[in-house]
Amino acid sequence: MTDNDNTNGSAGVPGEEPADGAETRRPRVIGTPPPAESHRLLSTDTPETDGDPYAAGPYPGMAHERSEERIRSGVRWAALFFVIAFLGSVAFVAGYVIFQVGDLWQTKWSNMALGGSLTVILLAIASGMTMWVRRVMPHYDVVDERHPLPSEQPEKQDFGKFFMAGAKESGFTRYPLLRRTLMLAMAPLGLLPLVLLRDLGPLPEKKLRHTDWKKGTKLVVDGTGEPLRAADFSSPGGIITVVPEGKEHDLDSIAKSTVLLIKLRPEELELTEEQMNWTYDGIIAYSKICTHVGCPAALYEQSTHRILCPCHQSTFDARKAAKVTFGPAARPLPMLPITVDAEGYLVAQSDFHEPVGPSFWERG
Amino acid sequence: MLLALAVIGVVYAALSPETGRAEATVSASVKDVTEGKRLFDQSCASCHGLNAEGTKTGPSLIGVGAAAVDFQVGTGRMPAANPGAQMPRKRPVFDDQQTKALAAYVASLGGGPAIPSKEQVDPATGDAALGQSLFITNCAQCHNFAGGGGALTGGKKAPDLHETTPSHIYSAMITGPQAMPVFNDTTVTPEQKRAIIAYIVETREEPNPGGFGLDRLGPVSEGLVGWVVGLGLIVAAAVWITAKQREND
Repeated sequence: MTDNDNTNGSAGVPGEEPADGAETRRPRVIGTPPPAESHRLLSTDTPETDGDPYAAGPYPGMAHERSEERIRSGVRWAALFFVIAFLGSVAFVAGYVIFQVGDLWQTKWSNMALGGSLTVILLAIASGMTMWVRRVMPHYDVVDERHPLPSEQPEKQDFGKFFMAGAKESGFTRYPLLRRTLMLAMAPLGLLPLVLLRDLGPLPEKKLRHTDWKKGTKLVVDGTGEPLRAADFSSPGGIITVVPEGKEHDLDSIAKSTVLLIKLRPEELELTEEQMNWTYDGIIAYSKICTHVGCPAALYEQSTHRILCPCHQSTFDARKAAKVTFGPAARPLPMLPITVDAEGYLVAQSDFHEPVGPSFWERG
Repeated sequence: MLLALAVIGVVYAALSPETGRAEATVSASVKDVTEGKRLFDQSCASCHGLNAEGTKTGPSLIGVGAAAVDFQVGTGRMPAANPGAQMPRKRPVFDDQQTKALAAYVASLGGGPAIPSKEQVDPATGDAALGQSLFITNCAQCHNFAGGGGALTGGKKAPDLHETTPSHIYSAMITGPQAMPVFNDTTVTPEQKRAIIAYIVETREEPNPGGFGLDRLGPVSEGLVGWVVGLGLIVAAAVWITAKQREND
C-alpha cells in the first residue's frame, strides 16, 4: 500500500491495480458487486471518461485521503453489521414462533423477543451505515453559499400585477354586495367559541368557601366510616385521616372536607387562645389540602411535628397552627374547630373559618 | 364538658384492664428479664441511660413496650451505628432470643404495647380491600401506595415496606418509630391493622411485569424515564455520528 505518493490529492487511492484508464467504466448499480477487475469503491483519477463531468466524484480534488486498509476494514465492519441485522430478522421470526402470547408472563417474553430482535436489526443497520459513511465514503469540507432570500424587484412587481389581475377578474373589487356579504359571513365565525364558554358550567359562587363540616358533624375515619372518640385517639404522635359523617363516599365532598387529625401533648401546642379552643386535649384538626396547589399534605413527622406536602415541599408546623416553615405555600393549613359531643365522639364546632385549599381568583 | 370528661373516664376504665392483661402476658420469664438487663447494660445504656431513663443522645424507653424493642432491634435499627437524621434498617446485631430478652426487660420497666401474636398479623386472614382504603389515606403519603417508601424533611425518609415482616409492620404502627406517627389500637383496631398488613403483603405479590419496577409508579413515570434515558442515548449517538472527522481521517 502506498499512501504517500498520491500526486493529485483526489479521493482515490492508487491501489495495486494499474490505472484503469483504458477500461470503459460501466455505471455502478446499488447492490451489484464492483467490477471484477477492480476492488476500488470510488472513482479515481480517470478524467478521460467521455463527457461525464462527475466521473472523478462531485468535488474532485477536495476529499481528504484515506488509506485503502482503513477503507477495507470499514467495509468489513459495515458488512458485519448488515449480517447481524439479517440474523436479527431471523431471530424475530423465530421469536414470533417460539414465544406464544398467552398469559401476562408469556406475553412479556414474546414482547421481549420481538422488541429485542427489532432493536438489534435497526441498531445494526444504523451502525453499519455509520461505518459506511465514516470509514468508506469520501470525506470533504465543502462550503455552499446561500442565495439571498428576497426575490428580485422585477419578479415582485410582476407577481403584484398578476395578483391584482386575478382579483379583478374574480369580481371581488367589482361587486361590493358579494364582498360585503362574504365579510358578514366570516366575522361572527371568530366569535362563535364565546357562546360555547357557557358549557363550562355555572360560576362556583360560594362553593369554594364552604365545606361539608357543620356544627356537630362527627369526624369519621376515612376508609372505615367509624366515628372516633377523643379518648380512643389518645396516643401522642398519632394521626388519622377523617371526613364528615355521611360524606364518606362522596368524593366531591371529601375533595374539600378531608382533614388530618393529629394528637399532640397539649403542652406542645403554641396557639392563640382562640385557636386553643378549636383543639381538644391536644387533638388538632388541619385541612389536608395544601394551600399551595391543593395536594394532600399529610406527611406528618411526629418527631419534628412537621407536616410536609410531597408535591413542592411546603412544610407546616403542626404545633403552631400549621405555620409555613418552608416551601411555596402562602398560608397555613386551615384549622377545623373541633370538640367532643356528649358521648365523647369528636365533632366539628363549625365549618373552617377560611376557604380551604389553594388560592383562587375571588378569594380575596 | 364535665359530662364528656366523665364519659372519657368511664371509657378509660373499661379499656384499661384489657391493656393491663395484654402487658401481663409480655412480662415473660424472670430469666429473660435478667438476660435482657445484661444485654441492655452492654449495648443500649450508653445512649438510653443505665435505667432506660433516656439521655441527651437517646430517648427514655420507659413505657415504650416490647413491640418497640422488637421493631427497633429486630430490624437492626438499634443499636444505632451512628447518630443521624435516619436510623437505617441493617443486619440485626442480636438474634431472636436476645431480642426477646431485651424486649422483656424493657417491657418490665413500664408496660407498653406487646409484641403481636402470629395470628394477629397473619396477612391471609386480613381484609386487603379495607386495608387498602386505610393504607392510601393514612400510610401512602409517606410510604407510597405500593409500599415503596419516600423522602421526608431534613434527610429523613420513610422506608420501603418490601422486606418488612408483618410483625414489624404491626409494631411500627403501634409504636411510631422515629418520625412515624402512632396508630394505637383504639384508633386503628388490631383487625384493621391486620387488613393493612394484608394489603401490603398482597401488593408485594402482585406481578409487576415490564422493565424496571420503579415501585409501581406506573406507565407515565416509566415512560418518562424511557424518554430521558432513551433520548439521551440517541442524542449521544447523533453527536458521535456527526462529530467532525479529523482532517485526514
